[in-house]
Amino acid sequence: MGKTIRVLIAKPGLDGHDRGAKVVANALRDAGMEVIYTGLHQTPEMIADAAVQEDVDVVGLSILSGAHMTMFPRILELLKEKGAGHIQVFGGGIIPAEDAERLESAGVARLFGPGTDTRDIVAFIQKNFGQCA
Amino acid sequence: MKRDPDIARLLEGLAGGRVAAAARLITIIENGGDRAEAVMDAVFPMTRGAYRIGFTGPPGAGKSTLVCRMSRILRGEGKRLGIIAVDPTSPFSGGALLGDRIRMQSLSDDPDVFVRSLASRGSLGGISSCTDEAADLLDAFGKDLVLIETVGVGQSELEIAEKAHTVVVILVPESGDGVQAMKAGLMEIGDIFVMNKADHREAIGAARELEETLRIKDVPEGGWRPPVVLASATRETGIDEVRSRIGEHRRHLEERGLLAEKRRRVLFSRVRGAFMDRMERRVWDHASVRSAIERGMEDVYGGRLSPYRLVRELERLVVGGLKM
Repeated sequence: MGKTIRVLIAKPGLDGHDRGAKVVANALRDAGMEVIYTGLHQTPEMIADAAVQEDVDVVGLSILSGAHMTMFPRILELLKEKGAGHIQVFGGGIIPAEDAERLESAGVARLFGPGTDTRDIVAFIQKNFGQCA
Repeated sequence: MKRDPDIARLLEGLAGGRVAAAARLITIIENGGDRAEAVMDAVFPMTRGAYRIGFTGPPGAGKSTLVCRMSRILRGEGKRLGIIAVDPTSPFSGGALLGDRIRMQSLSDDPDVFVRSLASRGSLGGISSCTDEAADLLDAFGKDLVLIETVGVGQSELEIAEKAHTVVVILVPESGDGVQAMKAGLMEIGDIFVMNKADHREAIGAARELEETLRIKDVPEGGWRPPVVLASATRETGIDEVRSRIGEHRRHLEERGLLAEKRRRVLFSRVRGAFMDRMERRVWDHASVRSAIERGMEDVYGGRLSPYRLVRELERLVVGGLKM
């Protein structure tokens, strides 16, 4: 039996716009993945706890508030602390190119900007998380 | 079974209280096969009889919210909780959107609550086919109570009745005629009925109607008559009463030896289910059976052989002694 890819989609922080997160969650579900959506206003601790309990392969964060330089590193750090450093993190939102570059070199797997085709996100996840056990 | 170093390490983690290890073991169980069985062989002797409470009802009735509120009360009593929340798998894509955590946010940051979302993965009974096993794992992980939330159900997804020791059925006044329609299914499995959204103007009437319906039911002398509780999960009224009813039902089962009986029945049906699954796979995949089916089907397609005669021939082949 093939392993089902499990993804956590979360919205950290205070911005209340989750249309993007929902569009991505739907696209991933339609591609056959199990998507855990946790809703708005999540703290980094809540997101890391959920990711560990749900044993997801990857966490997708949607951030439109400008808090990305705090949120992404903090969640990566918490995942490591909780013994789940193997869980990768990707993201999307309004993230300037130079910030994106810094985050990707700090360990964020990939950042997708506005206008991204959901098929690219699906392909990225399938390619990176489709086969591992 | 061969010793798998990865599983051995995870089991150590489970015994040591590591959340990540417990979570990974549930994934292994969900994915099935030999590794899942190796995990269950080790986990089953570690279980300590955690009490299992099922929460079921139609979509949007307030199951997740009620589970969340109930969990806060149970945490206040010092109970360690495992929560299994099941949402449906799409039969078209095989994917699933698991959204029960949205309404359980206030439970995070509590190390004594473990919430796991499971997709139903093709199982049609309203829960995942590995609900029992996931509950065993949470039990072995030290949880006192396991709360199981089903998918939003209609009339026939009643498997929770075979898994939980107490079943709470959550309905809403809007169900109205729906309550009537559900008489055959949900009405028969509830140990406690919650008329949620009590602030709705028709709630009292709907609760009364529900009580009437339940009163018609034959309950033997000293038997359990399911109570109806008016509650509002969002406004947090009536939840304490649901809690005390669950306690009463549990005592009712314990005092009469019914809980032990129920546990035995559940285990028996698990053995039966697992045995049948395994035999089905072995027989169906057996080369001699496959070729006999292929040969026989030509005659069935051609109208020369009835499907049932072919089945009897296959039965003789299997019972007559296949080399397995």
